[in-house]
Amino acid sequence: MAAAITLAAETPTLSAANTGFMLICSALVMLMTPGLAFFYGGMVRVKSTLNMLMMSFISLGIVTVLWVLYGFSMAFGTDSGGVIGWNSDWIGLTGIGLTELWDGYTIPVLVFLVFQLMFAVLTPALISGALADRVKFTAWALFITLWATLVYFPVAHWVWGAGGWAFELGVIDFAGGTAVHINAGAAALGVILVIGKRIGFKKDPMRPHSLPLVMLGAALLWFGWFGFNAGSWLGNDDGVGALMFVNTQVATAAAVLGWLAYEKIRHGAFTTLGAASGAVSGLVAITPAGGAVSPLGAIAVGAVAGVLCAMAVGLKYRFGYDDSLDVVGVHLVGGVIGSLLVGLLASGKGQSDVQGLFYGGGLDQFWKQCAGVFGVLAYSLVVSAVLALLLDRTIGMRVSEDDEVAGIDRAEHAETAYDFSGAGGGAARNAAQAPLAPAENKKVDA
Amino acid sequence: MKLITAVVKPHRLDEIKEALQTFGVHGLTVTEASGYGRQRGHTEVYRGAEYTVDLVPKIRIEVLVEDEDAEQLIDVIVKAARTGKIGDGKVWSVPVGTAVRVRTGERGPDAL
Repeated sequence: MAAAITLAAETPTLSAANTGFMLICSALVMLMTPGLAFFYGGMVRVKSTLNMLMMSFISLGIVTVLWVLYGFSMAFGTDSGGVIGWNSDWIGLTGIGLTELWDGYTIPVLVFLVFQLMFAVLTPALISGALADRVKFTAWALFITLWATLVYFPVAHWVWGAGGWAFELGVIDFAGGTAVHINAGAAALGVILVIGKRIGFKKDPMRPHSLPLVMLGAALLWFGWFGFNAGSWLGNDDGVGALMFVNTQVATAAAVLGWLAYEKIRHGAFTTLGAASGAVSGLVAITPAGGAVSPLGAIAVGAVAGVLCAMAVGLKYRFGYDDSLDVVGVHLVGGVIGSLLVGLLASGKGQSDVQGLFYGGGLDQFWKQCAGVFGVLAYSLVVSAVLALLLDRTIGMRVSEDDEVAGIDRAEHAETAYDFSGAGGGAARNAAQAPLAPAENKKVDA
Repeated sequence: MKLITAVVKPHRLDEIKEALQTFGVHGLTVTEASGYGRQRGHTEVYRGAEYTVDLVPKIRIEVLVEDEDAEQLIDVIVKAARTGKIGDGKVWSVPVGTAVRVRTGERGPDAL
């Protein structure tokens, strides 16, 4: 994100083109959250489909309201000590004029604000993949309320806010490898270490119930990601947004190929889930790097991420933590790879003139990237684990064993995703009582 | 009387039905089934996690026949069901004590 880099010496004026472009980008990023919901929703068993969709959807509800109330102010307000921002004019968006421009850019504050809002919505939703099948919906809603407040808003400030410590240090995170993906991946790890494994982990088959849904979700994510990445230059005057668009496509393609090649060699088949997962790993990895590397560098970033993430998803079986849908393996690992590769592959020709090790820039940028990566990783991991522990000790994080086995959809949402006529679902539906008629329809005996 | 049961590959159903009709069999019962024989099932891979799917889809065909027709009918079914590839299935017969046509109450060979 180039939030505080001033582009031009003259006083900027509102650009209709950039404003329109950024509103479209914001809408594209919004689509990533339901896209993610389908990506995750297809990967769980039939009995948890709706819960998986709802865990993303509720983030659209909760985080949007928090963002308007105080989130934007905390993330992008005036800095205090490099740790947090604040601007009381932005509380409830009361003091923002319609044509007031964002900090040296040609787009209104409201446009920047809504673009950033979509990032804030997506990030907690990413965490949910690790918690599939087993977390109370109320606990999840409270978790993302607290997490957005105590983790996302501050971390967004560190990385993108003027005065944030990582920003001032010179850590490059074009569109959110650190603030979004490492942040969510580390949080996922923190929470699952507290709440434990699904019943039957490593014993019962837990294969995805709908790979077409997974592919649909991955495709929507890919599409929306163009807004996520290309929009992060906040305008389109100098080609950096376009470079980011190209790099997003190139890295993602390379990652699909990388993941599939690894799978074919290691497991003997090119799987659909591998192609979808490879795409997401490439998108994650290019997110921090795409403004700094060349298209050839983007191929390298994508291919490395595809292969390493494919290897990383097996770690949960080796170490025994139940990261249901591989948020750690894909988002944390992919984010770390992309962020660190900036230190090696930054070409000096895009977002900034910073050059990585392979372009003669030495290891200086690499160490800065490490500081950003591990600072965010450690903070998010620890605070998320503490929040999960707090919620678990008070209202309880997990549903009852009976509900988990019978299916969280029924227990938490009073619905089921599919009606399989003739099978269990259909029979149960047929045996169910007809809805009670409303009282006013009764003709006699009232 | 004999009950002939065939557990075979689903896509052979039409051939078997035709062969039985040619032979003069009037009725049969078909059920969807699943199972495995010596070849077991197959392996599926999801992000590196391998699942062995033991049970493969089959159909189960049941036909009641008179004793003297049983052997020949088994041959007819086997011939129609055979693809030569692994997992073609099994056919067997067992003696039947009584058979009754529900509508009329006829018993024994008359009920067939």
